[in-house]
Amino acid sequence: MSILNKHGAIERNVTLLAVGSLVVVMIGGIVEIAPLFYVKNTIEKVEGVRPYSPLELAGRDIYIREGCYLCHSQMIRPFRDEVERYGHYSLAAESMYDHPFQWGSKRTGPDLARVGGRYSDDWHVAHLKDPRSVVPESIMPTYGFLLTTKLDTSNFSGHLKANATLGVPYTQEMIDQAAADAAAQADPDSDGADAVKERYPKAVVSNFDGDPSTLTEMDAMVAYLQMLGTLVDFKSYDASSQANQR
Amino acid sequence: MKYGYELAAMILATFLALMGAAFAADPLFQAHAWILFFILSGSSIVLMRRVQFAPAGQPATAEDTSGYMDDVVRYGVIATVFWGVTGFLVGVIIAAQLAWPMLNLEPYLNFGRLRPVHTSAVVFAFGGNALLCTSLYVVQRTCRARLWGGNLAWFVFWGYQLFIVMAATGYLLGITQSREYAEPEWYVDIWLTIVWVAYLAVYIGTIVKRKEPHIYVANWFYLSFIITIAMLHVVNNMAIPVSFLGAKSYSAFAGVQDALTQWWYGHNAVGFFLTAGFLGMMYYFVPKQAERPIYSYRLSIIHFWSLIFLYIWAGPHHLHYTALPDWAQTLGMVFSIMLWMPSWGGMINGLMTLSGAWDKLRTDPILRMMVLALAFYGMSTFEGPMMSIKSVNSLSHYTDWTIGHVHSGALGWVGMISFGAIYYMVPKLWHRDRLYSLRLVNWHLWLATIGIVIYAAVLWVAGITQGLMWREYDDQGFLVNSFVESVSAIHPEYVMRTLGGGLYMIGGLVMAYNIYRTIRGDVRKEVPMGAAGMTSSTVPAE
Repeated sequence: MSILNKHGAIERNVTLLAVGSLVVVMIGGIVEIAPLFYVKNTIEKVEGVRPYSPLELAGRDIYIREGCYLCHSQMIRPFRDEVERYGHYSLAAESMYDHPFQWGSKRTGPDLARVGGRYSDDWHVAHLKDPRSVVPESIMPTYGFLLTTKLDTSNFSGHLKANATLGVPYTQEMIDQAAADAAAQADPDSDGADAVKERYPKAVVSNFDGDPSTLTEMDAMVAYLQMLGTLVDFKSYDASSQANQR
Repeated sequence: MKYGYELAAMILATFLALMGAAFAADPLFQAHAWILFFILSGSSIVLMRRVQFAPAGQPATAEDTSGYMDDVVRYGVIATVFWGVTGFLVGVIIAAQLAWPMLNLEPYLNFGRLRPVHTSAVVFAFGGNALLCTSLYVVQRTCRARLWGGNLAWFVFWGYQLFIVMAATGYLLGITQSREYAEPEWYVDIWLTIVWVAYLAVYIGTIVKRKEPHIYVANWFYLSFIITIAMLHVVNNMAIPVSFLGAKSYSAFAGVQDALTQWWYGHNAVGFFLTAGFLGMMYYFVPKQAERPIYSYRLSIIHFWSLIFLYIWAGPHHLHYTALPDWAQTLGMVFSIMLWMPSWGGMINGLMTLSGAWDKLRTDPILRMMVLALAFYGMSTFEGPMMSIKSVNSLSHYTDWTIGHVHSGALGWVGMISFGAIYYMVPKLWHRDRLYSLRLVNWHLWLATIGIVIYAAVLWVAGITQGLMWREYDDQGFLVNSFVESVSAIHPEYVMRTLGGGLYMIGGLVMAYNIYRTIRGDVRKEVPMGAAGMTSSTVPAE
């Protein structure tokens, strides 16, 4: 045990102790995290995945603000029961534009990774307003205030620009048109509705909260929920193809 | 003039907070800046009353700096007790919300906003203050040196309280990064970084001017906790704010990379904040209370280096079967299982310190509390590696089993060892012969223990119920249960866990009362612990 006897040198020198422990705690993180920025299956692109539309992004920010991720995961594991209950298991590429990720760690409520398109807008509005009106056993809090709170429309471009700085492929046109796109996505009769669908393929354009006169936080929230997990077409996605081999 | 520069800085900060409120880019930042403004205004007034003037060129009344700097430790003890009870209370409230959803009051008091208040209050406010005050207590005594940096320690203490208040009020307003245990937004993170660097400076400065040749083992753990938390905090909170005067920021990483960075942080918030730091506490207070030297010096060396090396790798076990690559998940699992050994090495080193002093457990409820803490540490560091095994995790992940596991560690280990340290320190810090009542310590011990056992047991049941119901198939090959059936099935467990948490909180209130009376200088007339004549102190034992 002679090596332990030499430990006295470290015990007498705070610099050795501090630097030594810093080096020791850095190793694991470097080995595990650094490769994720380079290995293929964590940076690959999958057909259909696109950045969030401005309204969806605003909805996502509300989802984060309200702490939805504390009870709802967005990560379907590759088990028979999960795939049958929620849909195709989640791909890394599906959250490649998620700053931050929303995989969650707890299912007090069901997984939401593919909730988009499963329920009507009306159902979501009723459910968020009073969950027990549609699911009597639910223990979810009520979110009626989303219907009466106007969406903050002052800085859509700024939000897109911050994401663009981090590598999300928003074009200058998308950034310039952000506020107009957000308004148009919640109003199917507007002139800009087609432009939204063109810039953001598969975007759902709808009167999400049922009231076309004002853009509310409910509009944004439902727009976000309705797009979750809908971007990749799993009828044509071939997990066993060479390109998607993990 | 004493506190002259401090006051000037405080008033400047108050003014900046007012400007922040005036020019805020979004309403949330504006509300938060107003809160900051009122806190700093109040603090400025308090500080102003403490300013002492002296003729030019002459120092104001000199402070006695010959002994240990214990005032800041005393404040830290009181803050620990206060935040502990507050954090337990919020925990009971959110537990009740899960059992009875009508207790949610939208928008500010919904579960989603209160839950980070609970976790931050217990981890960072209660645990953080416990670490802050015990580390400053221990480092002075084991180095035989007064704290380095003069009033810098006060800056650390008050700066840290400001961080807590800004974080908690932010959550209620809806200001969050959604990173579990790292929810505060960018500007609060920057503030914490400044405070943390000052903490590191005070700590290392004190070690440097020590009069003991060796740095005692408790300080290794405290030091590695401070350094590692700094590293984790800075990397995990890298983000780009939308606006210089706005609350919202976007994480620098996305998707898979973001997830692993977060859980590298998240698991080591457990590993270094809630384990390494508290092991430092254990290495000082258990030998002191038992009046025995630590069991094995060599074991403590192996324990220290293996624990800090292995812990860092364990993060990916939070991401089993997700889109994280398999090799990373497997690495996380393997290291989590290996982590069992140093964890138990530490537990054994603590427990065996009682060799030859086990009889004290009969008469000393404080020592009993520390031993219970080590027992819970051993249990949860066995349960943790077990849950990190992928096949176990496939059942336990996403369920309440995880919540139960965290609480057996947090309530059992972190809570109990902190209570033990507080009970040890308070009579010494306030120069009292003994605590107001040892019997109340015993009451606290049993309330807390029964609370934890109920809490952990019912969440085992709840978690396994959820996991089994989600994967249950009938003969025809169809899923048996809808999701919401798994929600209503565990309603009784949610009620029971509220009860368990409630008992733990009542224990915390008993402690607060005991500490309050001790500080006041009261001594309760009571039969000594372990005395044979339990009914009357006048009858001698025979």
